[in-house]
Amino acid sequence: MPARTSWIPYALIAPSVVFLGAFFLIPLVQTIWLSFSAGDELSLANYERMVNDLNFSLAVRNTFLLTLVVVPVQVVLALAMATMVSKLEKGRDIALWILTIPLGISDLAAGLAWLALLQNTGYLNSALYALGLIPGPVGWLSQETPWSLFFAIAAAEVWRATAIVLVILIAGLQLIPKEFSEAAEIFGARPWTRFRRITLPLLKPSLQSALILRTVLAFEVFAVVYALGGRNFPVLAGEAYTWQNENQNYGVAAAYAVLIMAISLAATAVYLRVLRTRPEQLP
Amino acid sequence: MADIVIDRVVKEFGSFRALQEVSLTVRDGEFVALLGPSGCGKTTLLRIIAGLEKQNAGRVVIGGRDVSDLAPRRRGLAMVFQNYAVFPHMTVFENVAFGLRMQKAPQAEVKRKVERAASLLHIDSYLDRYPAKLSGGQRQRVAVARALAVEPAVLLMDEPLSNLDALLRLEMRTELKAVLREAGTTTIYVTHDQTEAMGLADRIAVMYGGKIDQIGTPLEVYATPATRFVGGFLGSPPMNFIKVRCAQGMARIGEAAVPCPPADGELELGLRGEDASLDPGGSGIPFDVRVVEPMGSHLLLTGSIDGQLARIVAPPTAHVTAGERVALTVDPSRLTWIDGATGRALARA
Repeated sequence: MPARTSWIPYALIAPSVVFLGAFFLIPLVQTIWLSFSAGDELSLANYERMVNDLNFSLAVRNTFLLTLVVVPVQVVLALAMATMVSKLEKGRDIALWILTIPLGISDLAAGLAWLALLQNTGYLNSALYALGLIPGPVGWLSQETPWSLFFAIAAAEVWRATAIVLVILIAGLQLIPKEFSEAAEIFGARPWTRFRRITLPLLKPSLQSALILRTVLAFEVFAVVYALGGRNFPVLAGEAYTWQNENQNYGVAAAYAVLIMAISLAATAVYLRVLRTRPEQLP
Repeated sequence: MADIVIDRVVKEFGSFRALQEVSLTVRDGEFVALLGPSGCGKTTLLRIIAGLEKQNAGRVVIGGRDVSDLAPRRRGLAMVFQNYAVFPHMTVFENVAFGLRMQKAPQAEVKRKVERAASLLHIDSYLDRYPAKLSGGQRQRVAVARALAVEPAVLLMDEPLSNLDALLRLEMRTELKAVLREAGTTTIYVTHDQTEAMGLADRIAVMYGGKIDQIGTPLEVYATPATRFVGGFLGSPPMNFIKVRCAQGMARIGEAAVPCPPADGELELGLRGEDASLDPGGSGIPFDVRVVEPMGSHLLLTGSIDGQLARIVAPPTAHVTAGERVALTVDPSRLTWIDGATGRALARA
């Protein structure tokens, strides 16, 4: 490549670098600074306040619990759905389209839809009452029923965000030539063995992307929780919101934001390491 | 070891009939090539034998057992794919061992058989490498070793050499023939390359338009093609077809006359380029030479006989110049006579 054109690549990426710098890096640095400052000096006061807050350990526990339940369920469901959709000979596109509808719904709207189902006067109670299974309205989403609240939130999250995993996995499945599976079939592998020994290992790069994306988003879960449980089910992002808006304490809110980021980065690092595909094993 | 009987197999894709009642018998230990242009149904037939595709009608019998409705893994065969389908996430050893592992063979047996197949294909030194680190030819060897390691009764090969460059193809072809001869496996080999089919196969089934036009030894299909298509598809240059009129047992071509079989209407004379010899100053079939191409081992002459395109192979030392008219003598016993209407060869006297 001639030397005089060497500035062109930099010029081409400059707008996005400026954009990222202005709207991502600067706020990020500001947030980190905010979380570590009290007045004009460096201090861990915000973090102390965050950790000593009554809701903190509950929020950490709930966020991790939700992530640990929702993400594996989503991956297993999405794998099953992707396998089925890619086996369809007719109507593949329409099936995929229908399965991805929840992706087009904002998370708050999804939370409200599930609220309409599960609240005291919701569709679930009406149906159970009509069937004579309950004597009157049952509260599923109150502080007194933490497990049913948890499962309601988990169900809503699974419903809302499994499709993004599905889309990534279907794209990944399409990249695997069908000869691999056919060869395995000829040499004696049953369907489950083919899935385990051939499809799954070859799908690893897509699984890695899907897991990183879903896990990072799961640690940021907020709107669905807020719609269904409010502060009855504290989560990290919800606490950041409360400190920012209700308590007007930006420092503690920033500390929560930095904590969420640190957890997400750690999870991403774990996935990159555990699910790495060595270059010589790529197709 | 097993013989294969393909009995009136039909395959339709929608309204397209890819295979029209194809029947074929492959003897135990025989090497049969399915040869034809792309779209002739040869790969579809192979996939039906493998069980990867389901026929609409007809039966596939392997070793006396009707396998028509069996899953591929129950048919007792192995296959080599066109793009090798060597598993990228497994070492060469695990690739070759795959079939044995699926059979739950004991570790010692797996090791022994993998090493045997690997040494047969000269890949012993790559056993712990991943396929991405291998060249196309080496991957091909892994695919063949994987197939031979299970000691299959039947080996199916789908254009296994077509992704290799010309020199490697020639080398692998020779080696494959030696290896398979030693293994004695019944083999069906799909190819569109006539030299591969001629060089490797005991018998060649030439396919065209979803049918087998002819099946026979390489020499038979070459020297005595059953149809115009077979004559034109095999050989380089392909067989020449000259339209002639036959009267009283003689066909007139220019000033020359050739004895012809009794037939009504128009006949075509099928003449292999190397079956004609130059007859300087003679009164043979007149051939107007338009282009002379020295190919080293021979001269390739392109021109016309009775106004129809023809290619003739002459000795490399022959003195022929473009624009010249030469006389050709032919051995009547080596000619093929084609019915102009049906495209089928007439029975030989």
